[in-house]
Amino acid sequence: MSVTAIKLAPVMQFVPAIKIEQVQKRFGDLHVLKGIDLTINQGEFFGLLGPNGAGKSTLINILAGLLKSTHGNIAIMGHDVVNDYQSARLALGVVPQELVFDPFFNVREMLRFQAGYFGRGRENDAWVDEIIESLGLTDKAHTNMRKLSGGMKRRALIAQALVHKPPVIVLDEPTAGVDVELRQMLWEFIKKLNRDGHTIILTTHYLEEAETLCERVAMMKQGEIVALDTTANLLSKLPGKNLRLKLGNSTLPAALLPMLKNGENGVFTLALTDLNQIEFALSELRKANVNVEDMQLIEADLEDVFMSLVGGKAGGG
Amino acid sequence: MNLIDNAISPAWRGTYTLFKKELFRFWRVAFQTVASPILTALLYLLIFSHALEGHVQVYKGVPYKAFLIPGLIMMSLLQNAFANSSSSLVQSKIMGSIVFVLLTPISYLQFFIAFLAAAIIRGFLVGFSIYIVAIWFVDLHIMHPLWIFAFALLGSALLGTFGIIAGIWADKFDQMAAFQNFVIMPLTFLSGVFYSIHSLPPIWQTISKFNPFFYMIDGFRYGFFGQADISPWISLVVVVAFLLALAWLCLKMLKSGYKLRG
Repeated sequence: MSVTAIKLAPVMQFVPAIKIEQVQKRFGDLHVLKGIDLTINQGEFFGLLGPNGAGKSTLINILAGLLKSTHGNIAIMGHDVVNDYQSARLALGVVPQELVFDPFFNVREMLRFQAGYFGRGRENDAWVDEIIESLGLTDKAHTNMRKLSGGMKRRALIAQALVHKPPVIVLDEPTAGVDVELRQMLWEFIKKLNRDGHTIILTTHYLEEAETLCERVAMMKQGEIVALDTTANLLSKLPGKNLRLKLGNSTLPAALLPMLKNGENGVFTLALTDLNQIEFALSELRKANVNVEDMQLIEADLEDVFMSLVGGKAGGG
Repeated sequence: MNLIDNAISPAWRGTYTLFKKELFRFWRVAFQTVASPILTALLYLLIFSHALEGHVQVYKGVPYKAFLIPGLIMMSLLQNAFANSSSSLVQSKIMGSIVFVLLTPISYLQFFIAFLAAAIIRGFLVGFSIYIVAIWFVDLHIMHPLWIFAFALLGSALLGTFGIIAGIWADKFDQMAAFQNFVIMPLTFLSGVFYSIHSLPPIWQTISKFNPFFYMIDGFRYGFFGQADISPWISLVVVVAFLLALAWLCLKMLKSGYKLRG
């Protein structure tokens, strides 16, 4: 996998990749974004998390020029997305969440058209071929988009976002609905893009994905950012650990129910605020004559942080 | 097209690419977009000329079959110019692929120019093909080629613009079909394709004069026969006025992002 590094002009190096100031969006009475402020620096791998309806997609659509904000400004690499939209869009590549495609063309044609929309001519064809190869699409380059599998369509969408060599790339749920092997491949590809100098903004349904990839994360809830920090700092805010018990057919003793985080198929996860609670849990299990088949002590993950801040079910939207 | 690709400036390459993509799009399904309207027009020619030849004298010295051809050419040209921009837009909106254009630096004016130019090309291609096939069957002289070109260009531009407006407005194929069947079809059929408005009762003559399609077809026909229901200059003014009004509305919609950029 080889992707040419993005070289930024020295004067651009200190400009934030994305600067969002007091962005609000209303749909009638519905206040979808309530004054978002966010700065993402060049070269960052940034995660945007939140449940359905949190406003992530709305924010990304405003960033990409697909929606207009009710109030506030967004600049991409210093270019305002409204007043200087052409420069802003040249600096941005967006991978949409939905598997959208043009049914009239094959992969290579579609990528060349996309490059042409950004003012790139035949001199860009070598780059298009390089992306095709990097994303494992070489065998499918002459296949009509309609005939590609879901995974291949996803790769083609990522390729489309890269044809004009944008320094900033937004990936909206890039691994939604893809198998484990492709997910790993895409993770490696996106990490490579980031190492090559691209700023990456990722919205994801999978908190594990954000935890693995993102240096910094913003968590959104009901149109507001409720947490913004490095992934490491967010995780350290929850010192607690989890105790996972495999109990087979036995039920959890009633004394342990207040600590229960989740439990199904005989596997129960208890949230610990103190390591002394391990001894308490084991003594209660002994008292109840419950046989422990397996036991694991697990660090708190981003999902725990997410649940504590956002509440409710984690998910993309 | 490679030569043009290299010659065009980067600032206009986006417009040119979108135009080229729109051409390829209809050419990929040329049976449906080009061959089918040619066949339909020839069937009209065959049936109407067979049924009415000798019964109807519209212009002095002009056989009905010859009278019919410019009307059929213009009708097909207008309908296909409309179909090109409208169906492409509504389809890419429904499929979601419109996003690939909306994410690019292409301005609203460039977007308009690309879609319009492709609509004009398809209109011309269908119209010219019908002409080429028809002159095998009918002796058809051209008296004023510039008038023919002017009305073909203005007519396809007007309907191409109308198609962009309809494509932006319609959210589903059903709405587009309604637009085509309840607006475009009646206006073309009631515009004098098959008859001269002088053969109509006075009230229908007056009503016909509110139909912009009448002026496009009448002016276009003047280019062939040197005679028309009204002066081609009046038709030219009316068609240009309609084109400017629709282009203004279309550009206003595109600039505001109506139904495209929430």
